[in-house]
Amino acid sequence: MSAPVQERPGPARPRREVSARLPWMLVVPALAGLAFLVLPLAGLLVRAPWSTLPQRLAEPHVLEALRLSLVTATVATAACLLLGVPLAWLLARVEFPGRRVVRALVTVPLVLPPVVGGVALLLVLGRRGLAGQWLEASFGITLPFTTAGVIIAEAFVAMPFLVISVEGALRGADQRFEEAAATLGASRWTVFRRVTLPMVMPGVVAGAVLCWARALGEFGATITFAGNFPGTTRTMPLAVYLALETDPEAAIVLSLVLLAVSVIILASLRDRWVSAP
Amino acid sequence: MTLDARLVVTRPAFTLDLALRVAPGEVVALLGPNGAGKTTALRALAGLTAMSGGQITLRGRPLHTLPAESRPIGMVFQDYLLFPHLTVLDNVAFGPRCQGVSKAESRRAAAELLERVGLADRAAAKPRQLSGGQAQRVALARALAVRPELLLLDEPLAALDAHTRLEIRSRLRRHLADFDGATVLVTHDPLDAMVLADRLVVIERGAVVQQGPPAEVARRPRTDYVARLVGLNLYRGVADGARVQVGELRLHTSEHLEGTAFVAFPPAAVALYRTRPDGSPRNLWEARIDGIERHGDNVRVHLDGPITVFADITPAALADLDLTPGQRIWASVKATETHAYPA
Repeated sequence: MSAPVQERPGPARPRREVSARLPWMLVVPALAGLAFLVLPLAGLLVRAPWSTLPQRLAEPHVLEALRLSLVTATVATAACLLLGVPLAWLLARVEFPGRRVVRALVTVPLVLPPVVGGVALLLVLGRRGLAGQWLEASFGITLPFTTAGVIIAEAFVAMPFLVISVEGALRGADQRFEEAAATLGASRWTVFRRVTLPMVMPGVVAGAVLCWARALGEFGATITFAGNFPGTTRTMPLAVYLALETDPEAAIVLSLVLLAVSVIILASLRDRWVSAP
Repeated sequence: MTLDARLVVTRPAFTLDLALRVAPGEVVALLGPNGAGKTTALRALAGLTAMSGGQITLRGRPLHTLPAESRPIGMVFQDYLLFPHLTVLDNVAFGPRCQGVSKAESRRAAAELLERVGLADRAAAKPRQLSGGQAQRVALARALAVRPELLLLDEPLAALDAHTRLEIRSRLRRHLADFDGATVLVTHDPLDAMVLADRLVVIERGAVVQQGPPAEVARRPRTDYVARLVGLNLYRGVADGARVQVGELRLHTSEHLEGTAFVAFPPAAVALYRTRPDGSPRNLWEARIDGIERHGDNVRVHLDGPITVFADITPAALADLDLTPGQRIWASVKATETHAYPA
């Protein structure tokens, strides 16, 4: 069934103009895969209680969870920017022994189950934790089961997205511009601030948006490290999980909100990340 | 503001070892084939490439101990490297800003420099909106804005098309004449070097092979590379009075010399004959035609034989002689057209 039919003799063309029948062994799984990805989302839309949606969205616990999610994800992203951009710069621009190991360590939270991340955070920052004990004794600060804990859990899980994105942008940027700046008398800090950062800004923005989206959806590390207290640590994903047991329609509404936010992010990034080259 | 440097950069399979002295106001061109180490030398002066030895002093002060950002230099890069996110004005003001000059004052100084290179009306443009010639002038203004004591230019005209190049070359020459510090420029184009520089330093394989005023270098090349650049046939031999023995061939010259010597003559001085000419000019030899190519308005004939020679003849002469590659032919050059000098 793959006998090539040449319409006219001539030099070999890179693509056949007359396509043979598509092989069903590829097409059927492809369509099944597409359905698998899209149908659950469609189901969410079909089962949504559209008539009561406005009232449900205005319910205090929904708004509370949404506000908490937006605030914590934004603060976590800011923290990631503050720490992650310099970390990416260090990995991309400074030669030091063990750089490959450090780069591998940075990506660990990407593949680590978030629950494990939460347990690890508890062991270090919990009230009995290595650093947590000292924090409480010296400053009276306790992090677990607080909003600050939510932010720490989200940042822990989301920062690799930012670091990888910014490091990629830094590696792609032409370093000779930095040399040009140095010949003009710019210190390394000035070079970073006035040349490097503006030139990799698209990568920083893309990384920050990805980081923010990941923080917004964070569940496992948050519930493990920060618990599930309405108003202080119950973010949207936690509220969805809880609502599913008591009020499935509320879970659908909350899920719709998260879906809408994800689609908006996807749309805003489509030029840079999602579209094929 | 005399520059006095010995630059040593060692890499696997390459060593640059170069002594360089540049007087205030002097323009020195580093000329050489690709891979000779010209750009490495310039980067070492700028502090962008670490030296494995040697030293750099500028006005008696050591330079090689300072990082690039602390050296009193201005550098124009081959493809200019104007910051794409800054306007032309802010590109030029970048250096003064880094030196701690206030924003308003650096912009004023930048505007003045743009005026001087004739680009005051492009101050608000972004670099990508500039033509190649304009970008080159902005790059020069940006380098001069830091009031450097040493100006470094890396192939400043290489990225320009032929027409723009002509205009920018003469502009650059005027700006370099106004500049009172030392200037080192790197180029592989002999014309750029001859027009812009007061002195040529020819580098091959990381070492100086010849230096001197452009006219001197052009008249008395000392390597095949320089001879090709200035368009001369060049041979090294042993002189004995008015004769120089080059391999099997004895060339008669107008100068009297003893010992090892160079003989140079232009390709246009070579005459070609199908049969052995009567009257026997003294420098006559039999050669084989290795190739024939266009060369400007003339035809350049490559000759093999006791010496390898380029001969330039007119298209009419080519037709008359009916030359084909592989053919055997007689070649001669008058003693008065040769130039011999000690090696």
